[in-house]
Amino acid sequence: MLSLHNVRLSYDDRHWDFTITLHTHGIYALMGRSGSGKSTFLNLIGGFVLPESGAIQWNEQSLLPLQPAQRPITTLFQRHNLFGHLPVWKNIALGIAPDLKLPKSTRQQISQVLRSVGLANFDNKKPAQLSGGEQQRVALARCLLRRKPVLLLDEPFSALDSTTRTEMITLLKELITQYKPCVIMITHDQSDADAMGASILDMKNDNVSLRNT
Amino acid sequence: MIMTVLRNWLSPLKYQGLRHSLQGLTLAIAASFSLGTHAEDNVLTVYTYESFTAEWGPGPAIKEGFEKQCGNCTIDFVALDSSAGILNRVQLEGENTRADVVLGLDTNLMAIAEDTGLLAPSGVNTSALQLPIDWESDTFVPFDYGYFAFVYDTEALASAPKSFEALINAPENVKIIIQDPRTSTPGLGLLLWMKAVYGDEAAEKWAALQPRILTVTKGWSEAYFSLFLNGEAPMVLSYSTSPGYHMEIDKTDRYQAAAFEEGHYLQVEVAALLESSPKKALGQQFLNYLIDREAQLSIPLGNVMFPVIDLENSLPPSFSKLIEPASTLLIPAEEIRDNRKQWIDEWLESSSAR
Amino acid sequence: MAGILVGQISRLQYSLNRTWPWWSGGVVALVVIMALTIAPLVSMLVEAGTIDWKTALSDTYTQRVVWFSLYQALLSTLLSLGCAIPVALALAHSPSFHGRRFLVTLFSLSLVIPTIVAIYGIVAVYGRTGWLSRAREIIDLEPLSFYGLSGILIAHVFFNMPLATRVMLTSLESIPQSNWRLARQLGMSSLSIWRFIEWPVLRGQLAGLALLVFTLCFTSFAIVMTLGGGPRATTIEVAIYQSLRFDFDIPMAVTLACLQLGICLFLTLLSTLFKTDSDIGFENVTELTKNTASSSLLINTALWDSRWQKLASLMFITAASLFVIAPLMALLISSVNSSTLSVITDSTTLRAIANTCIAALFSAVFAIGLALGLLVSARHLRIRLQYSRSGQWLQLAGNMILIIPPVVLGTGLFLLLRPYADVFSIALLLVIVINSLMALPFVLRIMDAPMMRTAEQHDKLIRSLGVQGFSRWRHIDWPQLRKPIALATAFAATLSAGDLGAIALFGSERVTTLPLLLYQRMGSYRMEEAAVTAGLLLLLCLTLFIVLQRLIGGKNRVVIT
Repeated sequence: MLSLHNVRLSYDDRHWDFTITLHTHGIYALMGRSGSGKSTFLNLIGGFVLPESGAIQWNEQSLLPLQPAQRPITTLFQRHNLFGHLPVWKNIALGIAPDLKLPKSTRQQISQVLRSVGLANFDNKKPAQLSGGEQQRVALARCLLRRKPVLLLDEPFSALDSTTRTEMITLLKELITQYKPCVIMITHDQSDADAMGASILDMKNDNVSLRNT
Repeated sequence: MIMTVLRNWLSPLKYQGLRHSLQGLTLAIAASFSLGTHAEDNVLTVYTYESFTAEWGPGPAIKEGFEKQCGNCTIDFVALDSSAGILNRVQLEGENTRADVVLGLDTNLMAIAEDTGLLAPSGVNTSALQLPIDWESDTFVPFDYGYFAFVYDTEALASAPKSFEALINAPENVKIIIQDPRTSTPGLGLLLWMKAVYGDEAAEKWAALQPRILTVTKGWSEAYFSLFLNGEAPMVLSYSTSPGYHMEIDKTDRYQAAAFEEGHYLQVEVAALLESSPKKALGQQFLNYLIDREAQLSIPLGNVMFPVIDLENSLPPSFSKLIEPASTLLIPAEEIRDNRKQWIDEWLESSSAR
Repeated sequence: MAGILVGQISRLQYSLNRTWPWWSGGVVALVVIMALTIAPLVSMLVEAGTIDWKTALSDTYTQRVVWFSLYQALLSTLLSLGCAIPVALALAHSPSFHGRRFLVTLFSLSLVIPTIVAIYGIVAVYGRTGWLSRAREIIDLEPLSFYGLSGILIAHVFFNMPLATRVMLTSLESIPQSNWRLARQLGMSSLSIWRFIEWPVLRGQLAGLALLVFTLCFTSFAIVMTLGGGPRATTIEVAIYQSLRFDFDIPMAVTLACLQLGICLFLTLLSTLFKTDSDIGFENVTELTKNTASSSLLINTALWDSRWQKLASLMFITAASLFVIAPLMALLISSVNSSTLSVITDSTTLRAIANTCIAALFSAVFAIGLALGLLVSARHLRIRLQYSRSGQWLQLAGNMILIIPPVVLGTGLFLLLRPYADVFSIALLLVIVINSLMALPFVLRIMDAPMMRTAEQHDKLIRSLGVQGFSRWRHIDWPQLRKPIALATAFAATLSAGDLGAIALFGSERVTTLPLLLYQRMGSYRMEEAAVTAGLLLLLCLTLFIVLQRLIGGKNRVVIT
């Protein structure tokens, strides 16, 4: 269970207050108007920003003292998910070994996970050589390898064309079935949410709530 | 923590050598903070000016002669860039100076130098010396003397001015090269010469002299060798003895000194021991050698000045053809000490006025 | 209540949960910089406390020196900018001619050429025995009086006009293409184009640029010392040096130093008002040639086509080129002469070369180290903690030298250290310290933008993956920052190698660097030896620049300019 209780944050003249509990294996689509604070919500969970008060807990353990990398969370951003100067395999390797000190076996794991997202033999390519969709696939491959129980996605596919986007959603679904994380995805597209079978979270009035269908 | 920080910053350079040399540098810094870095026991460090130690100067002969006399000692002549610069350097270094002997100051700077407290009594008997004045100092040992005079190129000037007034009113093409009184003893000498002649009017006269001045150099060498002898200007401030060298060695009468009606200023050059020196005995031996006949023989043609002892007939013949000053001018050292700053400021002012 | 306490503890744990305190680099760097600048400053002010300020300030020599410093800086600024404007315009409107790229590159070389070397070149052209004098002799004119104000002005224009031209050219070329098309369509005359399109753009740059040039000219040392020619043309920096090394007049030195400090402080504060695009040639040093090539097409639509325009163009560009090239040519030609071999093999020269290299390399390393310390912490402040203001304060510390010029700093260090050590023995160390601080503002300028840019883009990713500390540096930062760091190192090293200020103060026959040697040889009028020394120094600087960039920046294009 991912629970937020009276999590308060102020910025300029915005005051957010979040209280919500999410299922361990739930899939959620976070929707709301631009600027309503969706990214803020994700940042709080991800650990990039600390709330002024309140509690964020995962399975009864407080996440607050933990830095983003220490939290059981993987985040996929809209852009800049990869380091342009590093080859694909290193980008993925950073996900499990931030100092890039890996045993040989891990490299094979990396090749494998690349194959599973449809990027066989892309190990040594540089991000510049990849299309937008391929880059996001690499990022997804990294998520897969990390296997963190919570997966946050901040409009990861909005910069892609519709065909690619559909492919990515399918891939994402596969990934979710593979290891069943708790997924929170920001999206503007209802159809994406439907395709994923996600419950909708509405961000309204500096507050987030589950929509009843 | 410093080392980790250092490591983090340096490791991208990946050069072990650089890291090690940085550590080495730190140690070297610490080591050099030792006070008083005097040389080993048998090396005498003498601060002097460039033309003394040049090949044609008296330095090499004196060095050879003294080293033969003392046995296993060595003289290290340190050539500083100007004569008054010797005093400045010693003042800047303070008690940490490496020098054992300073050689090349003159009577004008004596009181000022003594005030620094950095000099020690010489312990040398100066009673037998033959100078135009009586020698009274216990600290300083004179080793040569001369009269300041403007030396001119007879090929550029048919006749030279015969007085300061004549110089100031000379035609456009009569340009002079002089030295900066802050860095050069001849430079200071000219300042004092005009002071002795004009007294309170000196500042005015300096301003009037400005159009005649081609340039002001830092030291005597540049003025004489690099500018005057290369024909940059027809006159240069030097000594009445300078033509002696040209007549004797170059066998030419081309360069002559202009005799001024108002008289010429006397310069006596001196040497002294440093109080902080651990080798005073050796230094004293050197000072005694300096006024000895052997060393003094190098003075006339080496330093192109008059010796301080009577060399009987060993003076070069051409020295008898030198100009004789109408009168000898000299301002007492204490008076100079009390007024030097003010007089130099006056000079600076007249020189910087438009 | 307990909840709040738990919250606070969590926050504490959160911030401690890192391997490396982000502030460590900044603190160390700050402490070092402050120690090196404040401590000497304090010792100087202590000395100043004993000064009778009333008499000191009413001393005519002091007044004259201050006045002359300001006067020559003002004239130099007016001349440099005044000459730069027509040249920049001419270049902007002549987007393609043979050698344009070479010329524009040449204009940026004035940042890399050591001052004293260029001075030698200038003397070789305009000096008493220079080309111009010989030419005048031939047509039987009096040789020019070059030393003094005229010499200083010529030298200042030589250095600052190209700089100003480059900056103006950049802003002219950044005028959107649509403006030009519109102007053409409307049939605007050249004069209207100037009034309504070009001048507004330049005017925006002018204030900041003028201030920069003024400050550079006001604190310039080598030029005034060599070309000033005497008490008549002395600036405060040179007067401080002279009162220390000629007169041992400490009160005078401190008086002047305090005056210098006050004025520089004022100028710095003034400059914070004018926020120019800090594209004064540094981070754009690498970009500029690319820009000029592509954006030259931009102004295609507004070429100076008419005959008189073409003539004017030609005149301005030729004049500027000759002015900049002549001294360099004179230098190159005269450096190969009868003394060349003997100077190169002379032990004094060789020792000077060694000292110059040591000073250059260590200064560069020290400067880079300080800069990295400051920037890493500033980066954290700006990006993680979103305190952009404090981040900038940190970088301001790096600019201390702009308030405390090298000779003033040297005076302070001298006063501080004299009772404890022989300053002449540790001369090289002091030179390294002063030169690093001198290079620091430039190094910061070069490295700031790249560091912030890459960090901003990837900050969240880095945090989410937990790449931190040494790992982050090795895998993320270094590969991306290699080139700016290489450029910064090369620049700092070259700047230090060619500097005359610090070494003039602490140099002696024991510790000499090439610039000092060159200055001495020029001062003794040993022109042939000076020529060779100048050539050597130039060669050394160019080599340092290229080699360091290659070595640190890795292969691929060598970004020289």
